[in-house]
Amino acid sequence: MKLESRNNQIAQEVIEIVEKYNFQREKLLQILEELNDSYGYLSEFVMKEVAKNLQLTTTEVYSVATFYSFLNTRPKGKYIIRLCKTISCVLAGKNAVANALRNELGIDFGETTSDGKFSLEFTNCIGMCNQGPAMLINNDVYYHLDPEKAVEIVEKYQ
Amino acid sequence: MSMDITVNINGKEITVKRGTTILEAARNVNIHIPTLCYHDDLCISGICRICLVEVDGERTLQAACSIPITRPVTIKTHTERVRKARRNVLELMLANHYGECYTCFRNQNCELQKLAKEYGVDALKFEHVTEPRYEQDKTSAAVVRDKNKCILCRRCIRTCQDFQGVGALDATHRGYDTQIQAFYDQPMADAVCINCGQCITRCPVGALREKDFSDSVWQAIDDPSKIVVIQTAPAPRAAIGEEFGLPPGTSVTKKLNTALKMIGFDYVFDTNFTADLTIMEEGTELLGRLKDLLVDRKEAVLPMVTSCSPGWIKFCEHFYPKLLPNLSTCKSPQQMFGAILKTYFAQKAGINPANMVVVSLMPCVAKKFETDRPEMTSSGFKDVDFALTTREVAQMIKEAGIQLTQLEDSPFDDPLGLGSGAGLIFGATGGVMEAAIRTAYEIVTGEEAPFENLRVTPVRGMEGIKEAEIFIPKALEEWSFLEGKTLRVAVAHGTANARKLMDIVTQGIAQWHFIEVMACPGGCLGGGGQPIPTSEEIRKLRAKAIYGEDEQLTLRKSHKNPQVLKLYEEFLGTPNSHKSHELLHTTYTPRGVF
Ligand code: SF4
Ligand code: SF4
Ligand code: SF4
Ligand code: FES
Ligand code: FES
Repeated sequence: MKLESRNNQIAQEVIEIVEKYNFQREKLLQILEELNDSYGYLSEFVMKEVAKNLQLTTTEVYSVATFYSFLNTRPKGKYIIRLCKTISCVLAGKNAVANALRNELGIDFGETTSDGKFSLEFTNCIGMCNQGPAMLINNDVYYHLDPEKAVEIVEKYQ
Repeated sequence: MSMDITVNINGKEITVKRGTTILEAARNVNIHIPTLCYHDDLCISGICRICLVEVDGERTLQAACSIPITRPVTIKTHTERVRKARRNVLELMLANHYGECYTCFRNQNCELQKLAKEYGVDALKFEHVTEPRYEQDKTSAAVVRDKNKCILCRRCIRTCQDFQGVGALDATHRGYDTQIQAFYDQPMADAVCINCGQCITRCPVGALREKDFSDSVWQAIDDPSKIVVIQTAPAPRAAIGEEFGLPPGTSVTKKLNTALKMIGFDYVFDTNFTADLTIMEEGTELLGRLKDLLVDRKEAVLPMVTSCSPGWIKFCEHFYPKLLPNLSTCKSPQQMFGAILKTYFAQKAGINPANMVVVSLMPCVAKKFETDRPEMTSSGFKDVDFALTTREVAQMIKEAGIQLTQLEDSPFDDPLGLGSGAGLIFGATGGVMEAAIRTAYEIVTGEEAPFENLRVTPVRGMEGIKEAEIFIPKALEEWSFLEGKTLRVAVAHGTANARKLMDIVTQGIAQWHFIEVMACPGGCLGGGGQPIPTSEEIRKLRAKAIYGEDEQLTLRKSHKNPQVLKLYEEFLGTPNSHKSHELLHTTYTPRGVF
């Protein structure tokens, strides 16, 4: 599809979602979540369209979008691995797991593999503190991790 | 419920209105509480925690800037617990503050540095970053950012959003990664930023500054083949003294002339001259538009809006591109001056304009961007080579070892050093309007504008939006179509206020004929290039200095400026002539926001 008509289509989809929330600014987060789900990430274009329709500044939208680890403002891999970086998981051995993931995928946190398959990220506490270290791969939760276990899990997604 | 509450601060009893913050109450009894994210001009934010105090009955220390007094309490502002906490806050800020004070432009005028000294930070308990985390953003023609020095106080955000109605910056990301950014991490050059520099004058540290051209100007001065000319705008002379320890509101016009000569400028001219020229051009343009409407029954784009403030111009280009035809086509006085210097003056003085370097001393950061606009080359050269802020010129004066306050007076140079009081008051909000009224009324009626001592008070002062109606009881023959008419005008300063007026204009229900907009709060005297700090009180004092100087002049109307009349006679012909249009008028670029 040509970029322009693709953009028109996205603009239309944004309006539909914003309309569903009655153009209410306080629904910004829900709107961004829905758009993030549909497109995998919030592109510059999508955020501009949201700003336009809610009469916010683009910077405000970007500020909210970047605040939440579960909203992406850059394209991401098919599987997003989110390792918890909060204190309980750190004490339970998160650093070793992080290193194993780096080695296995050959990328650092914040990066995406060149085949577009995996993105590696940290997240704040995901509520599995008593069973850490914990991570998410997209919506699946994994806990009681150690380096070998983490690598095994990732291999299942290869 | 009683409105008055008696509180005890450090043993002093004081009665305050319910809702007064602890900070305000303390200030009333001259008790100093440190602040960083708090700024007199801005809404309360309460995020830096440097203003912590002890309040009886509260388990934790409270942020004095944001806690309203609602019951009779006892407050202690310097107990051991408070002192320790403050020092801790500072040590934490400094732990990831990368910057060396001695290479920083806020050295000796930095709120963080000052507090570190005041609160006895003598060691960095939490260590200290040794490498910069971010690259400086030098992409903008006007505003330079160094996030390594940013303490995330968010004053810039509040300034840009609330005062200017722009919203170029916001806090993005989270926790340790929090940073102040434009949309999608755009570099400043691409951001929707109007270059007003208001964020710079409210930043407590050196994270924001103007793009510095003083070295390039020194280079030109040191080059014997260059003739270096400086024009000085009206607002800096009422403020530059602050950089040399004088109280705000001390005019140093003539000492400044001496200092600039000592630095090595070949000519020192007065931008008031082209302010007067602006009145001639803009006034004629306005009367022309009114004539189109009233006599020739043609479509005329009204209200006409002033165009002297490049920050406002960019604001209009971004947010109200449809209203660009309402803008006067006049260039700002700075740019008119450049165009006249490299043509008329160059010829007269026998200078090859290729060897002439035009510098301007401006209260403004946006003027830097303006000099780079591609339209601004009507002399065949870049009309103005370098726009320097008041701060940069103060720095140059210091670098030259000149004691500004000790200098003798000297006049401006001839022939472009003559400006009227009307040109001078361009430096204050309402000044362009007042100057225009002084001239237009007299041209239309043949009589002086009906205000005591020519003080057009309805357009003076710090109110965000001011309006006035000028009734024209009788008009000279040429202007008979204006007889019995009422000219309606409005004035806004700070682009958030301009936004309110422009929304009314957009709806098509505006009754005004002429609107003055200055991007900066207070007008140019509160410009983004002026000495730091700024506050309404300081701006009022600067305004007082400007209006005071106006009243000491005998020449107080633009159309009576003999040098301006001579310029028309010898060179331009008449206002809005073909030549005037070529040199003194310009066009605008719709930019949009998205
Ligand atoms: S911002 Fe202040 S504390 Fe930081 S380097 Fe500059 S002067 Fe020093
Ligand atoms: S220069 Fe003006 S518009 Fe630009 S970021 Fe600063 S306050 Fe906002
Ligand atoms: S840039 Fe300056 S004003 Fe803005 S948040 Fe940082 S320190 Fe505060
Ligand atoms: S600390 Fe890791 S899940 Fe809560
Ligand atoms: S000054 Fe009170 S919290 Fe910043």
